[in-house]
Amino acid sequence: MSAAPNSPRTPQEVASAVRDTPHLIPAGAGTKPRLSQPPPGFAVLDLRGLTGIVAYEPGEYTFTALAGTPLSEIASALARNGQHLPFDPPFADSGATLGGAIASGLSGPGRYRYGGLRDFILGVRYVTGLGELALAGGRVVKNAAGFDLPKLFTGSLGRLGVIVEASFKVFPQQWAHATVVAQFPDMPAALEAMARLVTSPFDIEGLELEPPGTLSVRIGGSAETFAERLPRLEGFVGGRARRVTGGEEEELWRGLAPRMPETPSRVLAKVPVTPRAIAELDRDLGAAGAARRYSAGGSVAWVDWPAPAGELAGLLAARGLAGLVIRGDCQTPLIGRTRGDLFRSRVKAAMDPAGRFPDF
Amino acid sequence: MTRAAPPAPLPAASREFLSALEGTFPRARLLSSPAELAPFESDGLTAFRVSPLAVVIPISKDEVVAAVRLCHRHRIPFVARGSGTSLSGGSVPVAGGLLIAMNRLDRILKVDPVQRIAIVEPGAVNSAVSRAAAPHRLYYAPDPSSQPICTIGGNVAFNAGGAHCLKHGMTSNHVLGITAVLPDGELVELGGESLESVGPDLTGVYTGNEGLFGVAVEFVLRLVPMPETYRTILAAYERIEDAGSAVASVVATGILPGAMEIMDRLALEAAEAAVHPGYPKDANAVLLVELEGEKAGVESDFARLGEVIRASGAREVRIARTPEERMLFWKGRKSAFSAVGRISPDFLVQDGVVPRSRLSEALGEIEKLSRSHGIRVANVFHAGDGNLHPLILYDGREPGALDRAEVLAGEILRLCLRLGGSITGEHGVGLEKKAYLPEMFGETDLGVMRRLHRAIDPLGLSNPGKMFVAGASAPVPGQRGAHPLEKAGLISRE
Repeated sequence: MSAAPNSPRTPQEVASAVRDTPHLIPAGAGTKPRLSQPPPGFAVLDLRGLTGIVAYEPGEYTFTALAGTPLSEIASALARNGQHLPFDPPFADSGATLGGAIASGLSGPGRYRYGGLRDFILGVRYVTGLGELALAGGRVVKNAAGFDLPKLFTGSLGRLGVIVEASFKVFPQQWAHATVVAQFPDMPAALEAMARLVTSPFDIEGLELEPPGTLSVRIGGSAETFAERLPRLEGFVGGRARRVTGGEEEELWRGLAPRMPETPSRVLAKVPVTPRAIAELDRDLGAAGAARRYSAGGSVAWVDWPAPAGELAGLLAARGLAGLVIRGDCQTPLIGRTRGDLFRSRVKAAMDPAGRFPDF
Repeated sequence: MTRAAPPAPLPAASREFLSALEGTFPRARLLSSPAELAPFESDGLTAFRVSPLAVVIPISKDEVVAAVRLCHRHRIPFVARGSGTSLSGGSVPVAGGLLIAMNRLDRILKVDPVQRIAIVEPGAVNSAVSRAAAPHRLYYAPDPSSQPICTIGGNVAFNAGGAHCLKHGMTSNHVLGITAVLPDGELVELGGESLESVGPDLTGVYTGNEGLFGVAVEFVLRLVPMPETYRTILAAYERIEDAGSAVASVVATGILPGAMEIMDRLALEAAEAAVHPGYPKDANAVLLVELEGEKAGVESDFARLGEVIRASGAREVRIARTPEERMLFWKGRKSAFSAVGRISPDFLVQDGVVPRSRLSEALGEIEKLSRSHGIRVANVFHAGDGNLHPLILYDGREPGALDRAEVLAGEILRLCLRLGGSITGEHGVGLEKKAYLPEMFGETDLGVMRRLHRAIDPLGLSNPGKMFVAGASAPVPGQRGAHPLEKAGLISRE
C-alpha cells in the first residue's frame, strides 16, 4: 500500500499529490463505495477538502465549483435563484460530491426530459496521470473548441485523471410538478403504455417504471395548467391511475431516486437498457431475487441484487448488456458486455500513460 | 481565382496506392482526373481550396473500412466529406491524400419509435432523419441552418449546433452510439441504443473530433417527440442593445424557449433581398423567440413572454398566427448566410461564444471593430446561447481583402475569449480557427489533447491539419501537407 497523500485543498495540491503517489484513486464522499475502492497497492486521494463554488452568476445559468463540493451545497445555491441541475444527480442527500457525480456518470429520473449529466457539463479541470493540471471545455453554454474531454470524464471512474473543478449549465426550476401514477396488471401492459407515452406530445419530466406494473409520469409547469393537463394525461396513460401533487408528489420522486439497498450485503448496480430489452431482463432479474426499477423512460435499470456481483455480471453478459457496480464485491466496477474497449484503452494510454490510476 | 497546384508526375507511392484503390473501387466510384476532383476541392469555407490525390465514393461500411485500411497501409492521409458545408474548412482535402465522399452511404437503417432512436449512415442528410421519423411524431432535434443538405456524419464530426440548442443542446446531446473505423482500420462500437451508458463517455468524446479519430460509419441518434404546438414571436428594435437586453429579461423569467435569435440591420436587409420574409422595415434589430411544447404549458408561458417583450422597448411585435407564418419568420433567419451573398460577393462567418450577460457589450465591440477596420459586419446569432455569427463581408477580387477580413475575424475571436467565451460554438476549429485554439487553451491543455490524438492516430493520417497547428508535438502527417498549406504552395485562395 502506498502512503496516503494528504487531503489536498487546491488543484495545485492535487497535482503534486498525484505526482508524489505512484498508484492512487480519487475519492469524494464515498457514497458510491465500489467506485472509489482502491485496488491492492493503490492509495486513496481524498478530495473532500477541495471544496467551494468558484463562480456562479445566476443570469448566466452556469456555475463552476471545485470537485469536492457537496452536490447539496450546489443545489441550495441554485435553488435560491430558482435554478437546478435537472438530471437529479443521485445520492446528493447522502453527501455526494460534484466530482464523484461526474466520475460515476450517474443521473436520476430527471434525465428523461433534458438529458443526463453528460449533457450539462461544460468544462473540466483535471490532473492527468502524469500530474499535469489541465483544462478542457469552457464556461459558456455552447462550445465546440477542442476535444470534448468534459464528456470523456463523465463516467471515467477516477481512472483517466482526477477531476478538480467543473463547470455546468443549469436550468430554471419548474414552477410546480404533478404526477400521474398508473397501475397496470403486468410488465407488458406497463411497457405498452410507456411506448405510447414516449412518442406522445405530453411534456413529460419523469417516467419511471416499477415492477410489476407501476408507471409514474411527471409533468411540470405553472400549476394553473394542471387542471387541463392532468385529466388529459391520465386518460392517455390508461391503467388504474391516480394524481399526486404538492408535498406528496415531491416525496414520491425522492423515493424514486436510486438508493442503496438497506441490507449491506446486497449489490447496487446501474444497467443501461432499452425499453425493448426490459421485459426479458425483468424476468431474469425477478427470478434471481433482485429488486429493480426502470428509470428515465426505460433507459436504465437500477438493480438491487442479492449478491454475489459476479452472477449479475454473467447474466448481463449473456444478454449483451453492460453494468456498473456501485456497491458490491467484484473485480472491476464495469461488468457485463462493455463496448468500445479498444478505443477506451487508447484513451487511457493517453490520459494516464504510466498507469497511475487503476485500469478499467 | 483558383490557381491549380503545378502539375507534377505522381510519386511512385501514390501510383501504387491508386492501383490498390482500383482493386477495391469500380472506376465510376474512384475519381482522379482534375475535372472529377474539382467539385471536392473546397467546402463551406470557400477561401481554401486543395485538390486531393483521388476521391472514392463508398456505398457500404465495408468499403469505408477498406479505404481507410489502404490509406493506413500506404501511409496516405485521408479526409471524409459529407456535403461539404463545413464553415471552418473541416472537410477541405489534403494534397496527396484521399477524399472519402460519404454521400452515397445515406441510408436510414431503422427508426424505432419505442426506443425513440434512428440508426443512420453518415451520408444521411440531417432533415431526412426528421422526415423518416415524422410518421411516428418524432424528429431529430439538432437543426443547423444547412440541414436540408448537410449530413449527419459531418454534424457529428463537428458537433453541429443550430437555432434550437438552447433547449435541446448540440449534436452530441443527440448521439447515443457510433460505429467508427479508427485511423488504423480497427472498427469500434461506442455507446449503443440506450440513453445511458457506463464507463467513460466514449460517444461523447468521439463527437466533435473533427475527423481526427477516423471515419464514423453508423450512428444511433436520439429522436424526440414533436412538440404539440409552437408559439413564435418576432420583435423589432431601434437599437440592437435593446434586443440583447430583451433576451436577458426572457431568460430571467425562468421560461425556457426553444430558440432565441437576433439579426441586425445588415442581416435583415440581406434576408429581405433574398427570401422576402417580410420582416419589419427599417428595424435595426429583430428578435425571434419561439416556445414549444404542450399546448396548455406553452400558452401559459407565452402570456408571460408577451409581457416581457412588450416591456422591452420593441418598436413592433408580431406573432406567427399560422404554421406558414412561423416558417416565414424562420426562413429569413435560416437563409441569412446565403442571403448575405446578395449584399457582398464574399464573406467569412465566425461563431464565437460570449457569456449571455455580455452579449450587448460584445455587439458594441464588434461594431467598433467593424468601423475601425472599415469592413462591414452583419450579425445573426443564437442569442439564447450567446453564440455570435458575425458575417464579415469582403470582396475577394480586391487584393488583400480576404487577409483584412481574416484580421478582423481574429480580433472578434479574441474579443470572445476576453469576455470569457469560446472561439467556436458549433462550427468547429477546422482549418480556419486552429491558430486561435492556443489562445483559448494553454500548452498543457493542448498537450493532453494532442497526446489523445496521437494515441488514436499515431501516424496522423485522419484529416490532418485540422484543429491543431502543426508543431513539434503534433503527429507527423503521412506525406506532404505537414507544412502550412500555403507555404507548401499546395493551396491558393480566391
